[in-house]
Amino acid sequence: MRIDLSPRANRSPAMDALSPVLAFAVAVAIGGIVVAAMGRSPAAAFVTYFVAPLSEVWSLQEVALKAAPLALIATGLAFCFRANIWNIGAEGQFVVGGLFGGWIGVATHGMTGNTLWVLPLMLVVGTLAGMIYALIPGLLKVWLGVSEILTSLMLVYVAELLLDYMARGPLRDPAGFNFPQSVTFDDAARLPYLMEGDTLHAGVVVALAAVVIATLVLARTLFGFTVRVVGASPRAARFAGFSDARLTLAVFAVSGGAAGLAGIAEVAGKIGQLQPSISPGYGFTAIIVAFLGRLSPVGILVAALVIALTTIGGEGAQIDLKLPLDLTRAFQGLLLALVLGADALSRYRVRFVPGVTT
Amino acid sequence: MSLDVMEMVLVTIIAAATPLMIAALGELVAERAGVLNLGVEGMMVLGAATGFAVAVETGSTLTGAIAGAGAGVALAALFGILTVVLSANQVASGLAMTILGLGLSGLVGASYVGLKRDPAPHLDVPGLTGLPGIGRLVFGQDGFVYFGLFLVAAVWWFLWRTRAGLVLRAIGDDHTATHALGLKVRKVRFLAVLFGGACAGLAGAYLSLAYTPFWAPAMTAGRGWIALALVVFASWRPLRVLAGALLFGGATVLQLHAQAAGIGLPGQALSALPYLATILALVLLSLGKRQGGSLAPAALGRVFTPHR
Repeated sequence: MRIDLSPRANRSPAMDALSPVLAFAVAVAIGGIVVAAMGRSPAAAFVTYFVAPLSEVWSLQEVALKAAPLALIATGLAFCFRANIWNIGAEGQFVVGGLFGGWIGVATHGMTGNTLWVLPLMLVVGTLAGMIYALIPGLLKVWLGVSEILTSLMLVYVAELLLDYMARGPLRDPAGFNFPQSVTFDDAARLPYLMEGDTLHAGVVVALAAVVIATLVLARTLFGFTVRVVGASPRAARFAGFSDARLTLAVFAVSGGAAGLAGIAEVAGKIGQLQPSISPGYGFTAIIVAFLGRLSPVGILVAALVIALTTIGGEGAQIDLKLPLDLTRAFQGLLLALVLGADALSRYRVRFVPGVTT
Repeated sequence: MSLDVMEMVLVTIIAAATPLMIAALGELVAERAGVLNLGVEGMMVLGAATGFAVAVETGSTLTGAIAGAGAGVALAALFGILTVVLSANQVASGLAMTILGLGLSGLVGASYVGLKRDPAPHLDVPGLTGLPGIGRLVFGQDGFVYFGLFLVAAVWWFLWRTRAGLVLRAIGDDHTATHALGLKVRKVRFLAVLFGGACAGLAGAYLSLAYTPFWAPAMTAGRGWIALALVVFASWRPLRVLAGALLFGGATVLQLHAQAAGIGLPGQALSALPYLATILALVLLSLGKRQGGSLAPAALGRVFTPHR
């Protein structure tokens, strides 16, 4: 049997929008079967994963807090992936942003006088750190043609080890009873809470702003146009005279900056100090979010909320149903696989031709 | 350094190099056919979990190793359906396999954390294994090491000495032309991907059955990614994979010894060594390459959609 794929002449926008939803439904169905095979009630699991987190104010806030870094990182990655540049080291850029931005928070600890500049400086330094860290694979690719996939990924491990060393060594709180963590930041180095008594901090606003800005940049600027053209047709882009090298560096800078900003927002917002590990894999999960959101900023926002929901739900399921957290990770990987498969089905018409193979 | 200490060091280097070598050989074949599989890490870790679980249940290391390879094949089949059959993006699909593999391995291995098994048995030839200096090195390895070396020779022979190998390499260089010649592009690619998955799973099983030998979550610690880098480093040639794996294995062992000896550097800097060495190796390779000429299979990572 041969399976033929022919590109669909006119792709329907409805199908494009529906295919991730369909993939999600299939992933949920498979997840339900796995849960049943593990001897738990799929219905109860569904409620714990997807409904319970939406029913309480505190868990809704947790979902928003998880979604914010995912949306921010994924929005940056969308620029890369659209331009066929594969920065998969966002996790490292996130860590570096948190580390260097957080360093300012440690250095200014206990400072008196006017401290209004501390938080903005932290955010700027975190963003720049992520940007510079992302430019390492970017420059290696442009100068020497080194595969950015491998270098950006290797740098994740290096960044994690660097943070681990700094948090246990030079930046450790000397009065912290040898706990491997820095001092707790002063209020001037913390992102403000949106409402008194809640956990929701200004990082959520930063992420929302990033989505809006990215939408405008992609749709309304020459840079956005360049990214879209290169993604849609690299040949046409070369004829148009767009510089490959400049674009590569630009999308690395954008995605690294976004990841770095997300990193420092996490440190200055939720965590409030430097620890040996500051990310539960946001940089990798954001890759799923970017594709689930079909590389469009608004889609990414929705996808980030869905993935955050499953993550918070997964934590609930671990406590309530004793379902392991790895189930959530497997679900997310499966979801990405199904989204990519569904995308192919909406892009191509699939025909089965009996008899021959290709 | 006495002869025996030197032998000890070499034996540990080979042990560290073997999983990298086996996984890289599989990926080499897939990439020679034109498919970039970034799911090696996931297939490896799933192979480690499945291999250990099955070995504990059946009491047989060999069955465990086969099951580990089988788990890699299963995940590779999913990857093949996505990328080869449905022409989905290879980079994104590979990442999905890595995430899925890490998650599944956690589920498979959950009830085996903390268990220990005897490591895979080592060859023991009376009279030969006891030879000073080289006895353990040549006649005292475990089955994985010998199989890995056999695999190097087999892959080399297949790629450069058989017609099927020539077809596979041609498909990796130009899928349009080979398709026009009537060669079965997608079938060959799918099989190459499955072979890569089997090797990755086996390499993972080596970690949990012979190297450590126990199961710990995410125990591959990026070895799948290093195997991918190794393929580039080896310029897609099997014999250079062998040399490269020994080099990388050496870096890992050096790091462990340096940490034990307590030299001035912090432990984290030494742990970062294999990753930095990988980047350095890729950079040096690019510097040494002739200007303009790429050694990679020309169709690597490109999507092939046949119609008519």
